[in-house]
Amino acid sequence: MSTTGATTGATTAPAVEIRGVSKTFTVRRGAVVALEAIDLTVAPGEFVSLIGPSGCGKSTLLRIIADLLTPTSGTVEVGGKTAQRARLDQDYGFTFQQAGLLDWRTVRTNVELPLELHGVDRATRKARALELLELVGLFDFAGHRPPQLSGGMQQRVAIARALAERPTLLLMDEPFGALDEMTRERMQAELVRIARETSAAVVFVTHSIPEAVFLSDRVVVMSPRPGRIAEIIPVDLGDRTEDTREAPHFYATITRVREALRGRTVPDAGALEADIRADVAADSNTADTNAARGAL
Amino acid sequence: MTAARRWGVRWLARAGLVVVGLLVLAGVWEAYKSFGPAAGVTVLGATILPRTTDAAMPHLSSVGRAFSAPEVGGAITFGPTTSVLDSVVDACLHTLRWAAVGFVIGVVVGLLLALLMDRLVVAERALLPYVVLSQTVPLIALAPLVTRWGQGSSIGSLQWQPWMSVAVIAAYLAFFPVAVGMVRGLKSATAVHLDWFRCSAAGWWRTLLLLKLPSSLPYLVPSLRLAAAAAVVGTIVAEISTGLEGGIGRLIITYAQQATGDPSRTYAAVLGAAVLGLAAAAVVSLADVALWRYTRGGEA
Repeated sequence: MSTTGATTGATTAPAVEIRGVSKTFTVRRGAVVALEAIDLTVAPGEFVSLIGPSGCGKSTLLRIIADLLTPTSGTVEVGGKTAQRARLDQDYGFTFQQAGLLDWRTVRTNVELPLELHGVDRATRKARALELLELVGLFDFAGHRPPQLSGGMQQRVAIARALAERPTLLLMDEPFGALDEMTRERMQAELVRIARETSAAVVFVTHSIPEAVFLSDRVVVMSPRPGRIAEIIPVDLGDRTEDTREAPHFYATITRVREALRGRTVPDAGALEADIRADVAADSNTADTNAARGAL
Repeated sequence: MTAARRWGVRWLARAGLVVVGLLVLAGVWEAYKSFGPAAGVTVLGATILPRTTDAAMPHLSSVGRAFSAPEVGGAITFGPTTSVLDSVVDACLHTLRWAAVGFVIGVVVGLLLALLMDRLVVAERALLPYVVLSQTVPLIALAPLVTRWGQGSSIGSLQWQPWMSVAVIAAYLAFFPVAVGMVRGLKSATAVHLDWFRCSAAGWWRTLLLLKLPSSLPYLVPSLRLAAAAAVVGTIVAEISTGLEGGIGRLIITYAQQATGDPSRTYAAVLGAAVLGLAAAAVVSLADVALWRYTRGGEA
């Protein structure tokens, strides 16, 4: 997926460049360091997940990129601009754990909302919204109201809305966290496709290790108190399909991420992969798969 | 069954309940009048239930008859009226007009205050206690003040009219529920929505128009209903305390003064005032219909 980023040609600047960012919250009893010395660069079209235990500051980092929070120190650039400039120019789209749609608007006019906010004319708005609903597979629901849709469908509308301004960057804060496992896997496959088709870079916050591994080009593992980047793990799984979820390398990467979350590094992913391959061969039924998922 | 029809059925059922409630009330009134002691019920010298004589509790039928009785009072001078019913309707319409002006002023002031309090936390801290305090000032005390301020002043070329004082006092009651309800309503937008609007680089005005006002609508309609009832009550009280003639408040006093032997007329006028208040609230409830279509959406 990182290769498709080159085809946009829109900008050669990194999608996100974070240098030495720290964030300290002042609370009643002194100060809490939420983030410390964060350096991270996201290439155009790259899919990066932030993963870590609660309180590691991954959502805080995402909100700093979105200019919803300002860092205590350090700099953030989005597509070569300051975070604030990028927000005002609508260079990124944002989705939250809750879809956050406006119940009094139809699905289509919800998707149109960002365009409406920025003075795009009615006909263009409508055409773009329908195009996006086609992209997320909800064309037939354009006239419905959000409460009539399931959680997964609402989240897809929110993604369509985030894509309305053709952003070069999507910021997603646990967008699938409230969905059931089946819907969640379907949404992940959808997102992979959408990211490929729009060639937008994605910064994705999640609690789920397999989700991070399945979606990402790189998984950023964070540790709490203070929030730091513990390790950045590259994921080399090629084009994602449903078979990817059964691939030994998928499990090897999951294990690497899990070990990193526990504060241990596995130097050689290849050796791990060989181990897992042997396991799968020995026990080819799906119990192994389930156990691996259940353990997460 | 469509949602719209379900909604219609619910309203019919509600209207039916109102009728049943009125019948029960009438039944209780007549039953107590028939079987209650003529001197009323007193406990340790304190009357806890009224006397049941015709002077205290007329039969509902005689209240009904009073409506068609010819008007004898000379005080009711708006238009050529022939019966008590005409007088009551005529007076109600005058009161309604003044109340409507007071309602509109009150709603506008209430909305502006709510917007200010939503925009500036300082304003909310500074204003809200006074908004609440304003309602503890007795209207009777306020009436002469407003009248005096109004006297001799003018709005442009328009000379201050006595009814304007009444409308101002009605507005003084009506603004309160709107201000308090809308402050809550404007704050009812969720953090996710507010964050999203900020991410979308929406300014204060757009956020207000496209997010805060729509999400405050469920708070607005009950506020308006209260404001409508308050405007009517305020008008009636203000009529009496400023001595303005022609409205239902004044008519109640006039009939009460005439009612040495027959209180039916007073009750007729009071009934008229009650219906007026209900009618005002009902008209505002029609806004609920539009709101329902807006927030929940008709089946497309």
